[in-house]
Amino acid sequence: MNNSKLETINYSLYYGNYRALKEINIKIPENKVTALIGPSGCGKSTFLRSFNRMNDLIAGVRTEGKVLIDGEDILKTDPVALRQNVGMVFQKPNPFPKSIFDNVAYGPRVTGLKDRQKLEEIVEQSLRSAALWDEVKDNLGKSGLDLSGGQQQRLCIARALAVEPTVILMDEPAASLDPIATLKIEDLIHELSVNYTIVIVTHNMQQAGRVSDYTAFFYTDETRTGQLVEFDETKTIFTNPHDRRTEDYITGRFG
Amino acid sequence: MENRTSEIALIHKAQAQNLKKEKTRQDFWVAVMWLFGLITVSILVLVVGYVLLEGVKAINWEFLTTSPKGGLSGEGGISTTIGTTFYLVGLTLLVATPLGVGAAIFLIEYAGEQSLSSKFLRSLIGVANFAVETLAGIPSIIFGLFGYALFVSTLKFGFSLLSAALAGACLVLPTIIRTTEEALLTVPDDYRRGSLALGATKWQTLYKVVLPASIPGIITGIILSVGRVISETAIFYVTLGGSYRMPTSVLDGGRTLALHLYYLAMDTRAFDKAMGTGAVLVVMIILINLLIDLVSRKLTTGVRKVQ
Amino acid sequence: MSARMIADKTVKYILFASAIISIIIVLAIGFFIFRESIEAWTELGVGEILFRTVWRPGQDQYGILAMIVGSVSVTFGAILLGVPLALGCAIFLADIAPSAVQSVVRPAVQLLAGIPSVVYGLFGMVILVPLVRKINVPGNSGYGLLAASIVLAVMILPTIASVAEDAIRAVPENYRHGSLALGATKWQTITKVVLPAGKSGIIAGVILGVGRALGETMAMIMVIGNSVIVPKPLSGNPLTFFLSQARTLTGNIAVEINYATGVHESALFATGVVLFGLIMIVNASARSIIRGQKFIEKAN
Repeated sequence: MNNSKLETINYSLYYGNYRALKEINIKIPENKVTALIGPSGCGKSTFLRSFNRMNDLIAGVRTEGKVLIDGEDILKTDPVALRQNVGMVFQKPNPFPKSIFDNVAYGPRVTGLKDRQKLEEIVEQSLRSAALWDEVKDNLGKSGLDLSGGQQQRLCIARALAVEPTVILMDEPAASLDPIATLKIEDLIHELSVNYTIVIVTHNMQQAGRVSDYTAFFYTDETRTGQLVEFDETKTIFTNPHDRRTEDYITGRFG
Repeated sequence: MENRTSEIALIHKAQAQNLKKEKTRQDFWVAVMWLFGLITVSILVLVVGYVLLEGVKAINWEFLTTSPKGGLSGEGGISTTIGTTFYLVGLTLLVATPLGVGAAIFLIEYAGEQSLSSKFLRSLIGVANFAVETLAGIPSIIFGLFGYALFVSTLKFGFSLLSAALAGACLVLPTIIRTTEEALLTVPDDYRRGSLALGATKWQTLYKVVLPASIPGIITGIILSVGRVISETAIFYVTLGGSYRMPTSVLDGGRTLALHLYYLAMDTRAFDKAMGTGAVLVVMIILINLLIDLVSRKLTTGVRKVQ
Repeated sequence: MSARMIADKTVKYILFASAIISIIIVLAIGFFIFRESIEAWTELGVGEILFRTVWRPGQDQYGILAMIVGSVSVTFGAILLGVPLALGCAIFLADIAPSAVQSVVRPAVQLLAGIPSVVYGLFGMVILVPLVRKINVPGNSGYGLLAASIVLAVMILPTIASVAEDAIRAVPENYRHGSLALGATKWQTITKVVLPAGKSGIIAGVILGVGRALGETMAMIMVIGNSVIVPKPLSGNPLTFFLSQARTLTGNIAVEINYATGVHESALFATGVVLFGLIMIVNASARSIIRGQKFIEKAN
């Protein structure tokens, strides 16, 4: 396995007294796509949000163990700085009620860029990378909310890219999209993995198989505590899993 | 690739510098917001605290139990004004509560009915909702003018409790309608269906099932209205006359606590007695706010039980 | 038809009647106030009332322009002082204060709304007016626009703060998360995403505050001085404008209605018509903004 970009060591997460994640150890490789799969409620979205400390926003959340980015403990970095480096795309597209241009320029602006020409360059480049440029280039002043669901999601991806992160977290980015829009997002994920470390949560087994290089299978028992069962190259997980539970899940015996 | 890496490193460095600036700015503004919250609470403490502390000096048993005596320095107490206030509150609510609750029941429970398919009735209901909103925004002196023109002059009720209560009812009507509407909306539809399915008529359903479930909401509206009538001055200044004797019939004039405070401060400049009256008013308002808090807490636990 | 069916129908008609009573009241208010004012409009002329600054009932001069300027000036002052405080308070309550602090500040704001206006007026007379009087400018009596604006700012604070807080809370949480996930600070998120998204509700709150300010009566009478003059600076310094006395439209009505007769009384009703018209315009614009906001929320 090559360089690991993200890593967790004995990482547990609690909501109050309830343990949602238990002692997770994983090394997520750089510039690859890693899929997190598993049944509902297994904590994979919570785990995803651990990498950009969005769980900090929820009252009563407590963690144990470590989460590292580039070998550094993320609890020692500032959460705002961390989020500039670790972008996120949400399950439901959430463009701001602003123009397409202002949506994409939002990140660069809040991180201090004022030069209009430079902003225009970044907006175009980000929209191109998100495969949205050709569809919106004549309408950059239009509200982001007027786009279709799939376009909105690509706008959100462009918005995340514009901050120049090195990691992109995606929380079921295609869950609310139709099949054609979903395919476009998947193609996009493929292209982006050249330059970015991508971690994607998905319920869709085929999607995990299509887009990811590595797959982590999460599972939860009766205590509803999520744990990592198995992590390996996607083709190994899908063709030759080591753990019985992974095999059962992959072959659709439960979930 | 090398190029891109170094370019990104530069961007990240600029971002880090900017972040420091933004953090400082955030700390500053968050502190300012805290200050604003603090100022708001301080204003309350200052006004309430001053009026209570100064007012207490004027308050004693005699002040509370004797009638004002008029006079150049506001001699006497406030007993009749307390009596008049309660009298007026009762009379106003006697008028406003049935009307307000009835209107709310119709607007929530009947307005959506199939039998109301006539276009005229539908638009009338729209206009009724608009009228409630309009009433809520009308300043009290306008209600006063209206009461003066209609009740005092045209209907010849004179400056009296009756004129004042009718004008005051216009003021609190939207409050009672809106709070009752909200209470009715929280009653689950299953209650209604369950009762109707048992063969009860719509009114029986409302009377036996829906209304009892929305009592705390209705009471909240009534208590809010009590507070508004106690506080109100402008309407009564132009409809109630201002006599400090205890009214013996609804056609007698009178003077509420708030009105008395005004006369003491403006006409006799008896600020000490005015403060005493103000303190009594403020205590009443605080009690009313506590009561509303209590009832609305009861309302939410009631709903929780239902669910 | 059985007895209980008849009862059912009867009740329905009674309820219907109470539902339309609001319409009747609004119409009756408009009708009676206008009817009583007709004498003034026809005898004096619309222009003589609206555009003259001289109000001398003894000489049958009934210009209310000075009162219009007075009402607008004191409202402007109250907005200037009250809006920043109210918006700050709303932002604080919605997005910054920990819940324990909220549970102190929010009831405080509610209580501010409940305190009778005569109590504010009294506080103004006893505390603010003497303080303002200390500003050493010839002709400064303490009573005037400054003291009135301060009192009024406190009185409209709860209206604006609670409507604005609701508007801020109504902004979907995923906008906030979207912004924070892009590496914006909390404050950037508030100013660049939350406030713009809640803008129309916040503006509606401010406009409702304007409506309340224009309509306030007793507290204004108690601290504004009530001189029928167009307020103007007392010295070369334009800021002394706020030390000038003034009279509001509401105050004009309340101070004189109890002894006015004939054209004088009618002119006071004309003052009421103008006030009523102003407030209707202000409140209608707030309502249309709030409706627009609801529409946008639905569209999302």
